[in-house]
Amino acid sequence: MANNVLVLAEHFQGHVTDITFELLGKARELAPALGGSVGVALLGHDVGGLVSELGAAAVVYAADRPELREFTPDAYAAVLGIAVAHASPRVVLLGSTSVGLDLLSLLSARVNLPCIDNCTAIKFQDGGLVATSQIYGGKLFAEVLLTQRTTLIAVAPGMFPAEAGRVSGKPQVVQIPHALVAPEPRTSFRRWIEPPPGDVDITKIPILVAVGRGIQSADNVPRAEALAEVLGGAVCGSRPVIDQAWLPKTRQVGKSGMTVKPKLYLALGVSGAPEHVEGMRGAELIVAINQDPQAPIFSVAHYGVVADLFDILPLLTAEIKTRQG
Amino acid sequence: MNIAVLAKQVPDLVEGVEIDASGKAVDPTSIRYILSEPDDHALEEALLLKERTQARVEVFSLELGEVRDTLCTALAKGADRVVMVRTGLETPPDSHTTAKLFATVLRGSAFDLILTGVRAIDDLDGSLGGLLAGYLNLPYVGLIRKVELAGDQGKAIVEKEYPGGYAAELEVQLPAVLGIQAAEQPPRYLPVSRLRQVMKAAKVEEETATAEGVEPLAVGRMHKPEEGKGATMLSGSPEEVARQVASLLSERRLLR
Repeated sequence: MANNVLVLAEHFQGHVTDITFELLGKARELAPALGGSVGVALLGHDVGGLVSELGAAAVVYAADRPELREFTPDAYAAVLGIAVAHASPRVVLLGSTSVGLDLLSLLSARVNLPCIDNCTAIKFQDGGLVATSQIYGGKLFAEVLLTQRTTLIAVAPGMFPAEAGRVSGKPQVVQIPHALVAPEPRTSFRRWIEPPPGDVDITKIPILVAVGRGIQSADNVPRAEALAEVLGGAVCGSRPVIDQAWLPKTRQVGKSGMTVKPKLYLALGVSGAPEHVEGMRGAELIVAINQDPQAPIFSVAHYGVVADLFDILPLLTAEIKTRQG
Repeated sequence: MNIAVLAKQVPDLVEGVEIDASGKAVDPTSIRYILSEPDDHALEEALLLKERTQARVEVFSLELGEVRDTLCTALAKGADRVVMVRTGLETPPDSHTTAKLFATVLRGSAFDLILTGVRAIDDLDGSLGGLLAGYLNLPYVGLIRKVELAGDQGKAIVEKEYPGGYAAELEVQLPAVLGIQAAEQPPRYLPVSRLRQVMKAAKVEEETATAEGVEPLAVGRMHKPEEGKGATMLSGSPEEVARQVASLLSERRLLR
């Protein structure tokens, strides 16, 4: 009977990452209600030292091999597939991260199990499990009713408290059999590329003026910079702004960019897609200006203005200048 | 070197998306379709590879919305062949079905590299690239921002994005599927006049595919973001709003 919960542990540069604890916390809540226990898959090399951090799980399914030292989708999917077969899970929880996203779809097709992406909530409802997923850039939520089949779920970072999963202990360690792993991985890790140096570090700046697609062109970025300047802060941006090269990569907030927690996050023309919100939901004060009253940024902002940002921006900059004398 | 690009149509969020009367699905009549943005980047990366290595680029899309425009645009930008895949489906297929349809079309063909956007805004049941790789038993890497081909050695060197601005450089044996996050440069701009010119003579080829054995996810309900959880909304003239925001910042001692 598949009633356990299996979590994939993620680690980066020798440390278990927050998403792992967020998932473990949720797994501890779900597993007893399902009548099962929590397992965690720990793949890597020389990672035995991380086991004690995974006390939220009853069992650690471990694979410690040189070719698993860094993440490659091919080999990790093969080993995780074996862990899934061993652990009898009702749900497998992955992060909706650089690692988890690759594995979710690859494994779903390889082992023929259903999968759900970008999950924001998992709860029991009418005796069944329901996973809520954020789609259309955060404009809609879909509630998926889970079947009895093992379901792979990728959870958006920051949705569940990490504290609930940060439990030290001595879980039982079960080695994932090696023999079943494909001997010749078709994908191999070469090296890490460090973030580009030389620009400001937006994670250390207390006031950020963020621009999204609504800024429309590179020519308009100086208008946001003028506001950032009077506030003594810096300008950052969402993915589309970086992809269009309107701002350098160092200024990107969100998935595969920076996670920032400033005192003030002033979001101009930022729609609030989940991959952006993931990087700024921890800001102390979020003020959003967007033309679209349905923009999901208003769900995470503390204060919102529905307006053309170009109507407000110069007036706000001038008003602040005046008040500062 | 042969490169396939899978280009998907997704709802234009600027136009909005509405839930249908069943409460369980999107109302297709509320939707205007556009090319999925990461797929536009996948096409751009393919065209950059073509310029560097004389690769041949073919673009495949399922029949949906204004897909002919998308395919003609791809031709005008430099694709060598474009194919519209007829499916007979009345509603846009989920990711698993889409992957099986493309697997049917691509299985047995001689592509070294299959590029697609790493994800799309309507990916509820996973993303196309990983699923397709799984069905075709090919290697897959997603969140790619750079591809270099060493075709004579049968491999690609790719950069995969991680949080905090980090990236991993990986070596992938070809053939492979790659999920592109961002091309090395913004997708090229195509003047409308050039598109019109190409559309007159454009040849969009057609193929037919079916997908079987996909059990769709059971969606019990769809809803918009919960109201009341949102922000305190400030209103008034632009001058009034600017004053309110400035006062807010002043109260919180955020002004110098």
